[in-house]
Amino acid sequence: MSQAKPDGVTPSQTVGPYFAYGLTPGGKYDWNDAFTNNLVTADTSGERIRVEGTVFDGDGVPIVDCMLEIWQADAQGRFSDPQDKRALPNSSFKGFGRIGTDAKGGYAFDTIKPGTVADPDGKPQAPHIVIAVYARGMLLHLYSRIYFDGEAANAADPVLALVPADRRATLIATRQPGNGNAVYRFDIHLQGDKETVFFDV
Amino acid sequence: MTLVYPVQSLAAHPPRLSPAYKSTVKRSPTKPLIPMRHTLSELSGPVYGHETVREHDHDLTIHGKSEPIGERIIVHGHVLDEDGRGVPNALVELWQANSCGRYVHVVDQHPAPLDPNFTGAGRAQTDAQGYYRFVTIKPGAYPWGNHHNAWRPAHIHFSVFGYSFVSRLVTQMYFPGDPLFPFDPIFNSVTDEKARNRMISAFDLDNTQPDWALCYRFNIVLRGRNATPMENK
Repeated sequence: MSQAKPDGVTPSQTVGPYFAYGLTPGGKYDWNDAFTNNLVTADTSGERIRVEGTVFDGDGVPIVDCMLEIWQADAQGRFSDPQDKRALPNSSFKGFGRIGTDAKGGYAFDTIKPGTVADPDGKPQAPHIVIAVYARGMLLHLYSRIYFDGEAANAADPVLALVPADRRATLIATRQPGNGNAVYRFDIHLQGDKETVFFDV
Repeated sequence: MTLVYPVQSLAAHPPRLSPAYKSTVKRSPTKPLIPMRHTLSELSGPVYGHETVREHDHDLTIHGKSEPIGERIIVHGHVLDEDGRGVPNALVELWQANSCGRYVHVVDQHPAPLDPNFTGAGRAQTDAQGYYRFVTIKPGAYPWGNHHNAWRPAHIHFSVFGYSFVSRLVTQMYFPGDPLFPFDPIFNSVTDEKARNRMISAFDLDNTQPDWALCYRFNIVLRGRNATPMENK
């Protein structure tokens, strides 16, 4: 069924300062979470990792009312979406996570390291997670990508190749020292010398 | 059906730097965004199970011990793609202030009463035609600190998922005829009047329920159009 052809998309507006009780209640409000920051299910295969960091504004001040969403493939590079025409993942891994930053502007996602996804030419992309950034003061969310430190495939990644060499590091999560599951740090700077690369998608 | 997501569709959105809305000044990138082709990572998106939306999540008036205070309203409409086709099974999340203009959020210190019977969060999934429906309370206007005597027009926040991660939309639904429109820098951050009007719901007398609730229609148009447009006239 179709409606009259729209004259354009509905414009975006800011998520505002008060989204938490609706979108990221996290047990603090009388509402349940549709999504959390833990993407790992018992039957998920792949390397368990944590991606964590802090979101900063143009003054270098942590943003405490920011929401982050991530979307990624499973360890075999498949998306849990019927639009991915290959075999669907044989686990309950959904590949989508959401979190609001804490009182220090920090966040963390527990997930798995994604596999390789091809670009439109069939060329392999380096493992990456797509991230969307929302906050009060942001009228339209921003898209970026999280790549991984020490990944040989980064050198040939077709998207990283679009990024000026001196800004590429803003897209690469750095492996933190320690035992146990790998922890990667990915800070997000909305402005400034370390401004994160955002994509016009 | 294969959808494409032209970058031109984004022209309807507000510029990220809209200085009249002061918080954008330090929260918008200063370097140009980098264009890239969409890959499967951008063209796919999450699918949710039936556990995500529970039976009564669309009715914000029945979660307390008794009914919330305020004007009961129905808000309904279709989630559409840019060709006007309904988007089925789309997750629609909603949050809003209560009838006094106060949010449950701990940071909201507006000296207006909280309503113990109203949280202000709801969730729905569109049906096979892209249709959704909420029952709620008309939110109040409220002051904010952007400038002297700044008040937000009454609005309901919407978060919508379409077919892909790049059709993701967070927006606000406004009510027709609000006297605060000319003074609100968030509403007016959308510079094109026709685009701005797409954020305003329409009063819907046909679906107003006699002796029960006024109805407003709010169609939400997500990015995405047919990859092979056909002449249909």
